[in-house]
Amino acid sequence: MTELEFEYLRTFLKQRSGLALTAEKRYLVESRLTPVCRRFGIATLGELIGSLKLGQDGAIERAVVEAMTTNETFFFRDRIPFDLFRDTILPEALARNASKRRLRIWCAAASTGQEPYSLAMLLQEAGPRLAGWQVEIVATDLSTEVIEKAKLGLYSHFEVQRGLPVQWLIKYFTQVGEQWQIAQSLRSMVDYRQLNLLHSFASLGQFDVIYCRNVLIYFDAPTKSDVLARLAAQLAPGGALLLGAAETVIGLTDRLSPNPKQRGLYGHAEPVGRASEMAAPLRVAAGI
Amino acid sequence: MKAPHETTCLVVDDSAVIRKVARRIIEALGMNVSEAEDGSAALEACAANMPDAILLDWNMPNMDGYTFLQALRRSEGGAAPKVLFCTTENDVGAIARALRAGADEYIMKPFDRDILAAKLEQVGLVADAA
Repeated sequence: MTELEFEYLRTFLKQRSGLALTAEKRYLVESRLTPVCRRFGIATLGELIGSLKLGQDGAIERAVVEAMTTNETFFFRDRIPFDLFRDTILPEALARNASKRRLRIWCAAASTGQEPYSLAMLLQEAGPRLAGWQVEIVATDLSTEVIEKAKLGLYSHFEVQRGLPVQWLIKYFTQVGEQWQIAQSLRSMVDYRQLNLLHSFASLGQFDVIYCRNVLIYFDAPTKSDVLARLAAQLAPGGALLLGAAETVIGLTDRLSPNPKQRGLYGHAEPVGRASEMAAPLRVAAGI
Repeated sequence: MKAPHETTCLVVDDSAVIRKVARRIIEALGMNVSEAEDGSAALEACAANMPDAILLDWNMPNMDGYTFLQALRRSEGGAAPKVLFCTTENDVGAIARALRAGADEYIMKPFDRDILAAKLEQVGLVADAA
């Protein structure tokens, strides 16, 4: 691939998905796009870029965006965001919403479903505390391909062994040949939708909890600011936003602020003088 | 939690290749590793020096992993080690049976470094393995 072709690909990805493909990530191009070439019977990466330039094949364009933006994920990834959900975020949300008995959660970069299903398992474990509640998990991703996989809830034995305790594997999954399928009762808890975070998501409504992890890192600063400001607008008062360990709101928006006691957890920025009210004690949990 | 260099893992497998692969991964995570090639050799090793973790194959000559686990859990001090089955017995019935016999975790072969590290983290022997 020539420099010009790489530059074209960078611009294309930035416009289509917000992905900021840095020169250091150039090595990813070959490993991610060679399978796309094979799928469409295209001989070289140069030819693939050529077909993007022609702009006549939407299927190839979507496949390129999906291949370059699909990220690794696994159940209970990084563990702490899920310990926090179980021990702090969920109990606080249940107390806050006790009168309306409704809870809305959004996984904004749901990929192949491990994050929303991890939350669904924690909600099932919460059992009677949620009896009579209307709980909604909306899971979105840029890629229709990963959403289809997420809906099926079929995972390889490699995928179910990272992060998922074996006791939960046999409790919540059924063996289907060489694969494992997550229970229908959990699949039915998640409402999957295709969504590009660069476009408006106001129609999704407000959420008590938003997980938007490991996607902002691929955006440049102005795009991060724009997405964070719009995420703040969808976050209900008192709601919790969780970002990836390498992500922050600092210097990008004044509408959100980090929780001083827990890395990765954010809430609405409080007006001056009310800061003491947000310093609710946080318990950091042990393992799942 | 002990520091990894203070913890020991006994790898029990009749395949020298699997023992070598597992040893390499577990040592890289900072733990000390010893080996046994079947269940009866593993029982002797545990009687001499009880490890913190045991990575345990199921199908082995002399004494299989399941029989070893039952004997281990009945032995003095044998309740302490975290036992991780690591086997090609990958059906849900085998997993449930292993858990009832006292296994703490279960690794389905083939496995890789990430899976083994994640499972050792799961049982509290390695911190932040990812």
